[in-house]
Amino acid sequence: MTGLEIVFLVIAALTISAALMVVTTRYLVHAALWLILALFGVAATFVLLNATFLAVVQVVVYIGAIAVLMIFAIMLTRKVMRDSGPQMNPRWGWAALVGVALFAALAFVFTRSPAAGMTASDLVAGADPVVELGQALVSPNAYVLPFEVASVLLLAAMIGAIYVAWKK
Amino acid sequence: MGDPITLISQWFTSLLLGWGLAEGLVTVIRLFLGAVILATISMLTVVALIWVERKLAGRLQDRPGPNRAGPFGLLQPIADMIKIFTKEVLTPAHADKVTFHMAPVIFIASVLLIWVVVPFTGTVVGANLNVAVLYIVAVGAFGVVAVLMAGWSSNNKFALLGAFRAVAQMVSYEVPMVLALMVPVLLASSMGLNDIVNAQSIWFVVVAPLAALIFLITSMAEVGRAPFDLLEAESEIVAGYHTEYSGMAFGMFYVAEFLHHWAVGALLATLFLGGWRGPGAETWPVLGILYFYIKTFIGYFIITWIRLTLPRIRIDQMLAFNWKFLTPLVLVVLIFTAILDKVLETNGVGGWGYALAMLALNAAIGWATVLILKKIEPSRQRQRVEFPPRPVAMAPKSE
Amino acid sequence: MLSLSWYLIFAAALFSIGLYGVLARKNAIAILMGIELMLNAVNINLVAFWRYGDLGMIAGQAFAVIVFAVAAAEVAVGLALVIAIYRRRETVVADEIDMLKW
Repeated sequence: MTGLEIVFLVIAALTISAALMVVTTRYLVHAALWLILALFGVAATFVLLNATFLAVVQVVVYIGAIAVLMIFAIMLTRKVMRDSGPQMNPRWGWAALVGVALFAALAFVFTRSPAAGMTASDLVAGADPVVELGQALVSPNAYVLPFEVASVLLLAAMIGAIYVAWKK
Repeated sequence: MGDPITLISQWFTSLLLGWGLAEGLVTVIRLFLGAVILATISMLTVVALIWVERKLAGRLQDRPGPNRAGPFGLLQPIADMIKIFTKEVLTPAHADKVTFHMAPVIFIASVLLIWVVVPFTGTVVGANLNVAVLYIVAVGAFGVVAVLMAGWSSNNKFALLGAFRAVAQMVSYEVPMVLALMVPVLLASSMGLNDIVNAQSIWFVVVAPLAALIFLITSMAEVGRAPFDLLEAESEIVAGYHTEYSGMAFGMFYVAEFLHHWAVGALLATLFLGGWRGPGAETWPVLGILYFYIKTFIGYFIITWIRLTLPRIRIDQMLAFNWKFLTPLVLVVLIFTAILDKVLETNGVGGWGYALAMLALNAAIGWATVLILKKIEPSRQRQRVEFPPRPVAMAPKSE
Repeated sequence: MLSLSWYLIFAAALFSIGLYGVLARKNAIAILMGIELMLNAVNINLVAFWRYGDLGMIAGQAFAVIVFAVAAAEVAVGLALVIAIYRRRETVVADEIDMLKW
């Protein structure tokens, strides 16, 4: 076992157990806090994959905005916050079955696929992925159109959210 | 000889390698020790800062400040520390225990993590991340989460109210702060703090004074000190999100707030005041540390001064100021800076010509802002509150 | 050196857990959390394919950025809906929100 493998396994175990707590814990605020841990684990995975920019954006967007927004929503729907009844559908057993089956199928495909054994090539010295990503996102030959569409989508979502939640 | 810290680090590495340790392990040990030293120095700075701040507050408010323990009251923070260490840490009834005790730890970690990327001098920086500016914003997110955890787990309505206010304030002021941070990133065309310092042959406070001002205001709101201290407004919600904390658990919030304040000074120095740059700092990196601390103290002093001068603003004013004034202004500044930067670059203008053009742009935007503000908010005559004359002691009317 | 399958299986596990959360949870906010987990699993895959494939092809990272934007938009609208429904019906249980079912 190399150091990198141990670090990966620790992060993966932490993330997956946090994710399991998110979907099983009874109190919603706890679920949101576990969600933060799981999202942080994903950010750490991005660091392992040398995508530092995405790791930092993951923390800013997911933990700083999305998770906080969720805790806010949980606290605004206050009566539900104290709900200590069952938090699961009556058919949660089927859901568990679907989840396990999906994981088994995906794991089967992933281990059999020829790409599974691929190892990462070394990072090219001098090439900065952040610079490349930045240029790709605004270059007309690459992703400027999806990027602009995404920003329009965000604007539309913002206006829509304000309109929906407006107290009339 | 001008760089003892790198020298010590190299000596230490060769010492450990001489003992026959693997190179990877040596790196891990070196980084771990570096982290411990960095955190310890930051915490010790806070001890000094508590004295400085109390003394400053005293002087600015026309009183001597601490002057009993030791010469000039220098031992006052030590006495405070002993007091806070020996106090009992209470856990409120029906509090969510794990969350309650984790919140101060995460809060202080979120502030300590800022110091990882701050360049003390050209050669001494915890990690020279290429996304350092965004990283600073990211670790701030943990502070928001910690405040929410503290407020919610305390099982106290004032704590929850304080947490709501804190999150509303921190999340909304993050928007203009990030946009203001983009201006030095744009000027240096890098997000690494050391690159930004290296790009400041002319300080960015000259090139982009409006961005510096907006960063100063928004980061004061992020720290939550007066006039933006309505998350712990004593007269309204007891002490906000840390109402239920006592002893060292409170101490951690307190220390984190001081350290955050100091960190904002450091960021202001690094991003806008040229960081460790100064005469001779390139050849003698030790001098860089001195310049860095002096500049950091200037930023720190300005914030303390504002904090001790201005009264607290109301929550509606706080939000309106952010969304109706700061955010549009910083957007205009960012867009025009980007356009002018491109125009000057294609025309090959550099150095002082570039700086003066940018300064003129900032002045124009500032002037336009003042004009617009005067137009939409005509200066109102302040209403005079008149009281009927009320002599303190009146002679009884003779019948 | 880690091979690609480690990351893929990790992401698959995260995705399946998220799917379970979406299917099994009663509370609408908890369902949104499950969706976030699924989106994160997708992002891990995208970034892992970038890292293990051609590093010059930045598509994996660019797609991940777009996923961030979509996730933020989704949560903003989703939570606004949840709060609006809570105001009218005093519930956020997905099964009880059946105004459109006749």
